[in-house]
Amino acid sequence: MIRIEDLHKKFGRNQVLSGTNLSIKSPGIYAVLGPNGSGKTTLIKCILGMVIPTSGEIEVEGKAVKENWKYRQEINYLPQIANFPGNLRVFELIAMIKDLRQKPSQDDVLVSSFGLAPYLNNKLASLSGGTRQKVNILLAFMFNSPLIILDEPTTGLDPAALISLKKLIQKEKSQGKTILITTHIMQFVEEMADTIIYLLEGKIYFKGTIKELKERTGENIFDRAIAKIATNFENV
Amino acid sequence: MRSRWSYVYFLFYLALGFVLLFLNNDVSKAVITLMNVIIVLVPLIGTIFGVMYFYNSKEFTELLLALPIKRSSIFTGQYLGVAGSLTLSLVMGLGIPFIVYGLFRSNAIWDFSLLLVVGAFLTLIFTALSFNIALSNENKIKGFGYAVLLWLFFAVIYDGLFLLSLIIFEDYPLDKYSLVATMLNPVDLSRTLILMKLDISALMGYTGAVFKSFFGTRSGLYISIFMLILWTLIPLYNLIRKANKKDF
Repeated sequence: MIRIEDLHKKFGRNQVLSGTNLSIKSPGIYAVLGPNGSGKTTLIKCILGMVIPTSGEIEVEGKAVKENWKYRQEINYLPQIANFPGNLRVFELIAMIKDLRQKPSQDDVLVSSFGLAPYLNNKLASLSGGTRQKVNILLAFMFNSPLIILDEPTTGLDPAALISLKKLIQKEKSQGKTILITTHIMQFVEEMADTIIYLLEGKIYFKGTIKELKERTGENIFDRAIAKIATNFENV
Repeated sequence: MRSRWSYVYFLFYLALGFVLLFLNNDVSKAVITLMNVIIVLVPLIGTIFGVMYFYNSKEFTELLLALPIKRSSIFTGQYLGVAGSLTLSLVMGLGIPFIVYGLFRSNAIWDFSLLLVVGAFLTLIFTALSFNIALSNENKIKGFGYAVLLWLFFAVIYDGLFLLSLIIFEDYPLDKYSLVATMLNPVDLSRTLILMKLDISALMGYTGAVFKSFFGTRSGLYISIFMLILWTLIPLYNLIRKANKKDF
C-alpha cells in the first residue's frame, strides 16, 4: 500500500526526516506517534506530495509519488489545521470538493452524524474551531478511498463528535481500508490503533502492535510505554 | 475570486472612460489621456491584486494541493482567474463608454484597440510577476513591499536610470541602446508603442525619429508584441517551475 525508502527532508538547515523507511502492506489502523517536531506531519505531507523530499522514494498503491498527482485519487486527507477559504459557505465548499473529485460521496450521512445541518448555510470564517474540525472530518471521509490519512483528527472535538469519529474510523477499517493517524491522545491510540509507528528525530524508532510495545519496554501501562520508548529504547 | 473588487475596478474604468470622453469631447484625445492612466495604473493594480489574491487564497491552495489535481493546473488556474477578471474589467470598463460614444465611427479605433491590447498585456505581465513574488515570500508584508517596489521600479525608477545613462553616455551613439532598454521594460515598451501609433512622435525629436523607424513599422510592432508575450510567458513559466518545487 505505502512504501517509503530512505526518505530525507531538510527545511533549510533543519533536518526533519533522515533516512525514514516504512512499509505498510496490510489494511488496518496505523498510529504515527512521536514528540512535537519529530516529523510526523512532514512524513504525511511527503506521502501527499505537498512537501517534496530532498531524497528518497515513496510509493502509494504501487505508484511512485514523485511528479505524479493521480495517485491522490486513492487518498483522503484530513489536515492538521483546518484552514478553509473563509468567504465560502459550508455547503458551497462541500459541493466544490465533490465537483473536483468527481466521485460518489456520502456527505448527507456525515452531515447528520456530526450534526452539521444547521451550519450548512454559514460562512466558514464564522464557524467555531470544533465545528470547523467537523467540517474538516466530513471532507476527509466523504469519499470512498482505500487510504485515509488523519493528522490530529481529535483536535477541538466534543465527546459526542469524538464517539462518532471513532465509529466512523472503525467502519472504514471494517471495509478493509488503511488508516494513518497522528495524535497526541494516547487513550485514543490505545483504543483504536492496530499498529504503532514511533517517529523520533526523523527516523522510525519502533513499529509494531501495542502488545509488542509493552513487552519490549516492560511497561504495562500504555502511556508509560510510549514515554519510555524515547528515553531508553536502546537499553531494552 | 468572485471578488467585488473586480466590479469596483470595472466601474472605475467605466466612470473614467465616460468622464474622459465628456471632458475631451473627442475620441482620439481621450485615447491619449487614457494611455497615461493605463500605463501607470494597470501595472499597479495587477501587482497589488495579484499579491493580495495569492496570499488570501493560501488556505484554499493548500486544500487543493491535497486533492488529485496537478500542481501546475492549480497555479495557472489561479493566475488566469485573477489576470482574466482584471483584463475583462479593463476591456469592458473602457470599451463600453467608447462604443457608446461612437468609437466605430471614428478613426481612432485602431489606436484604441492597441491601447486595450497593451493594457491586457500589462495586466497579464504584472499579475504573473506579483504571483512570483508572493510565491517566494511567505511573509505577507515583505511580499507586498517587494511587489510595490517592483511596480515603482518599472514605472518610475527604470526611466530615471535610463535617462541618467543617456546623459552620462551622451557622446556615444545611443539609438540601439535606447531601443533595447525600452524593450526591457514592459511599461516603457507599451508607452512607446502607443505613442508611435498615435503619430505624435514628431514631438520627440531625433530619438523619436529613430524610434519611429523601428516601432512605427509593421515588423517593429510585431517584435514589440512578441516582447510583451515573452514578458508574460517567462514569469508564468518561472511561477510553475517554482510552484512544482515548493513545500506546503
